[in-house]
Amino acid sequence: MAKVLVVTSGKGGVGKTTSTAAIGAELAQNGKRVAVVDFDVGLRNLDLVMGAERRVVYDLINVVQGDAKLTQALIRDKRVDTLHLLPASQTRDKDALTSDGVARVVGELREKFDWVVCDSPAGIERGAQLAMHHADVAVVVTNPEVSSVRDSDRIIGLLDSKTARAEKGERIDKHLLLTRYDPVRAARGEMLKVEDVLEILSIPLLGIIPESEEVLRASNLGTPVTLGSPASAPARAYRDAARRLLGETVDMQVFAEKRGILGKLFGRRVA
Amino acid sequence: MSLFGFLTRRSSAPIARERLQILLSHERAVAGQSDLAAVLQEEILAVIAKHMAIERDKVQVKLDRGSDVSTLEIDIEIPATIARAAESAP
Repeated sequence: MAKVLVVTSGKGGVGKTTSTAAIGAELAQNGKRVAVVDFDVGLRNLDLVMGAERRVVYDLINVVQGDAKLTQALIRDKRVDTLHLLPASQTRDKDALTSDGVARVVGELREKFDWVVCDSPAGIERGAQLAMHHADVAVVVTNPEVSSVRDSDRIIGLLDSKTARAEKGERIDKHLLLTRYDPVRAARGEMLKVEDVLEILSIPLLGIIPESEEVLRASNLGTPVTLGSPASAPARAYRDAARRLLGETVDMQVFAEKRGILGKLFGRRVA
Repeated sequence: MSLFGFLTRRSSAPIARERLQILLSHERAVAGQSDLAAVLQEEILAVIAKHMAIERDKVQVKLDRGSDVSTLEIDIEIPATIARAAESAP
């Protein structure tokens, strides 16, 4: 049965789009039929991070308003056959998304795909609520930093009250994805530890994505980090996270970048 | 800062953790409270609507939580014509 997953956070810039691309690509690498859907109408970026910005013809709004068929708007990934992108509109605003229209499109996506991964806009307003509304599973992306943790707490409250599942009295599976984590700084007491964030937010941990240069490199190239640098620390962490979403039990570990001698000498300061 | 300041500087993560715990326990309580006000407003509206036509925004429910005493303020505005009709009914 198809699963709808929302990648959300409240706060902007914590890694929702990076995580959507990486998790989507990894689920597809596992043979699942995957659609990644950009809900950030007016500020679309998933197309860019996926390297498909020049292939966008129709978008989510066109499909919601009936101006294009879903199959016309879906862009098939050139690297992984089972991975598809439904881009957001860049020119329209969020009011163009109707809740009936979104419900219809998500329904159609459920029929065609095993996983529908929705990249939520930042904030807690209408756009973010529409992105989470039909979700069965939520990935709450959080940085080990006070404002991100606070916003995640707010989003968890919304997931428990404003989603279709919550309204029916059902449970929505919530997972914490801790991104931009630096184990060295956490050990020095300069950064919230994994356990601190888990204790405060009290939702299960899906993965720990280490702070890494590879993430920026991947977005520069328009390649999900799991496809572009599969051996890198963040790619391995995303791979484990995707396996956990698929129901596997995988030991949790903090992956660290391998550094050369120069990196060891200067890496910490520069990072 | 002294030359050896970096040795004595207190780590900041425990402070972040403590501030978050205090803040979020407060914010969660407030969120729960506003839900209660909304539920009360809906139920009061439903009870009144059984007996007379009333506009949604004429029923206001406010909850103020103080350290010693909390107050629940319910403000219902009824149109003059309906109030008079209700009085003169047998």
